[in-house]
Amino acid sequence: MGNARTIFEKIWESHVVTEREDGECLIYIDRLLLQENSFHAFDKIRRENRAIRNANQAFAFADHYVPTTGRSRGLDAIADPEIRNMVELIESDTREYDITLFGLGDIRQGILHIVGPEQGITQPGLVIAGADSHTSTHGALGAFAFGVGSSEVAHVLAVQGLWRQRPKVMLIEAVDPLPDGTTAKDLILAVIGKIGAAGAVGHVIEYAGSAIEGLSVEERMTVCNMSIEAGARAGLVAPDEKVFDYVRGRPYAPTGEMLNKALDYWRTLPSDPGATYDRKVVLGAEDIAPMVTWGTSPEQVAAITQSVPDPAAEGDIDRRQRMERALAYMGLRPGQELREIAIDRVFIGSCTNSRIADLRAAAKVVEGRRASVPAMVVPGSGIIKKQAEDEGLHEIFLAAGFEWREPGCSMCVAINGDSLKPGERCASTSNRNFEGRQGRGGRTHLMSPAMAAAAAVNGRLSDVRDLLGGG
Amino acid sequence: MDPFKTVNAVAAPLDLANVNTDQIFPARFIKKPRSVGYAQFTFHDLRSDAAGNERADFPLNRERYSEAEILVCGVNFGCGSSREGAVYTLIESGIRVLIAPSFGDIFAANCLKNGLLTIVLENDRVISLREELDASERPQMSVDLEAGTITTPSGEQISFSPDPFQKHCLLNGLNEIDISLEFADEVDVFETAYRKQFPWTAPPCG
Ligand code: SF4
Repeated sequence: MGNARTIFEKIWESHVVTEREDGECLIYIDRLLLQENSFHAFDKIRRENRAIRNANQAFAFADHYVPTTGRSRGLDAIADPEIRNMVELIESDTREYDITLFGLGDIRQGILHIVGPEQGITQPGLVIAGADSHTSTHGALGAFAFGVGSSEVAHVLAVQGLWRQRPKVMLIEAVDPLPDGTTAKDLILAVIGKIGAAGAVGHVIEYAGSAIEGLSVEERMTVCNMSIEAGARAGLVAPDEKVFDYVRGRPYAPTGEMLNKALDYWRTLPSDPGATYDRKVVLGAEDIAPMVTWGTSPEQVAAITQSVPDPAAEGDIDRRQRMERALAYMGLRPGQELREIAIDRVFIGSCTNSRIADLRAAAKVVEGRRASVPAMVVPGSGIIKKQAEDEGLHEIFLAAGFEWREPGCSMCVAINGDSLKPGERCASTSNRNFEGRQGRGGRTHLMSPAMAAAAAVNGRLSDVRDLLGGG
Repeated sequence: MDPFKTVNAVAAPLDLANVNTDQIFPARFIKKPRSVGYAQFTFHDLRSDAAGNERADFPLNRERYSEAEILVCGVNFGCGSSREGAVYTLIESGIRVLIAPSFGDIFAANCLKNGLLTIVLENDRVISLREELDASERPQMSVDLEAGTITTPSGEQISFSPDPFQKHCLLNGLNEIDISLEFADEVDVFETAYRKQFPWTAPPCG
């Protein structure tokens, strides 16, 4: 069994350029993903007078600051000059360095973690660095993908590699299929609830087991996306036929003879039987119920059927203090039924949950009903938006009183102008419920798109299974 | 980057777990150019309430910690977003050393690139250090990276084992890109062999 390797080890070992005595490895980077906040990296490149090594291995995305309304007016749709400047900077920096940009006005534009896979830029076996912590999303296709800061973005631009110690590998095995009415979002929230926000620090997570195998590639992206919320360096899933079907035919994917070669290699990537892991966690997916967060860390999460937990019942003093602080911020009382919590707004979007299947799931709940609070849908890319419109989903949302917006990060991080007001409570399909994440003083409850749709209809946190007429 | 010198300075206890980069540097400030000065944004929403009033209970607002160059933090400090502004803002506020039981991975990497030393100690050790700081008249500590020692206000010495590469870069104030570019030939050789073995990974021309 000495040679049995995990998928992570296979990818890692094929990318080591050199290893130093202290164990630091220079790892070759196949793809670099950039967004507007990468301006510090370009400033550094300019200041230090560096050449860019392989500009054609970098891809840039205008997503964090783009407006989600008034897009026919282009840049003029952005009233705030500082925000407009961010979108202009990514345009001028990528033009200067000859880097492909999926920019404002391009139908393919959207959130970097949505567009990368959608365009076939993300492929099995690649090492992908992204200027954003949720780069772990791309691991759903069997890539090793992780987020980096601006200095390391500049480093990749100049060197095409990064120094890393080989991380540990954690196996999360989710057995049994997910019950009806639950989704990949509920699964990953349950995982984070179980292992904690720091539960996977220093590790790459490999997700496996029948529950993961049963997920679509898009659903696996939702799972891998939130690996970072458990503290992991990256998350990945061994690629299978679903992944190969997904990649095949996409604009940047290999074709013809190259594709056949790639497929031969991709099929060797899954972890070998008997491969060893530094840690293993097994989770029975059949017990999972629709989840919602009640606190200010994704680990502060519970099934919708439960009530707000009581800090007094928590033995660990650190955890108790964190709970007390979170409940004070969230304006919640211990013992309050989660299903009784009234909300002010609903946000369906973000790189976690704005793909076509997410929009379909939300539309299914909304169809024939009305939102009782302000609600918005922000598709993950222009292509998803068009597909949804071809399917008539936008009409379902509009008829229910939802806003149908243009693609971008929007209220996930609230820096493009879409944000909560202080004290507002939001049912959100995004990935972070940190204090102030969706706007200063805003209160975020994370959940799946179907659950957010149910919350919109009822004006309070709700169990979507009641609306779907199932158990 | 300036070489890291021994730091002998006020240390502040920050007894919060999972402090995320949104708390260190709220997202709405990311779009500001460095030239505006990032020190004003450090822990912005923890330090002051929505009306702009300072929160008295935040340690760095207390007179005794206002000159802090060392922060003794909780578990998983710097988790969340990859924004490097969270490091810039700490550095511009004069912070030189962070001590915690664990750090967010991306944040720790960002610290290294900018000359901010991160030290990992056992959680119990970190807790007692925070308690000692709170109890001591002068919450002054020193951190000697070369020797790998921390001297607490009472004079007790704690040793820590920095990552050798981190230590080398920080002590010499090295720019990592310069070091890495010395490997440019190796990258060329690797790339040629890699493209031969995995030709489909060649840069797409779509
Ligand atoms: S949608 Fe949110 S989490 Fe995803 S890339 Fe945009 S800001 Fe980051």
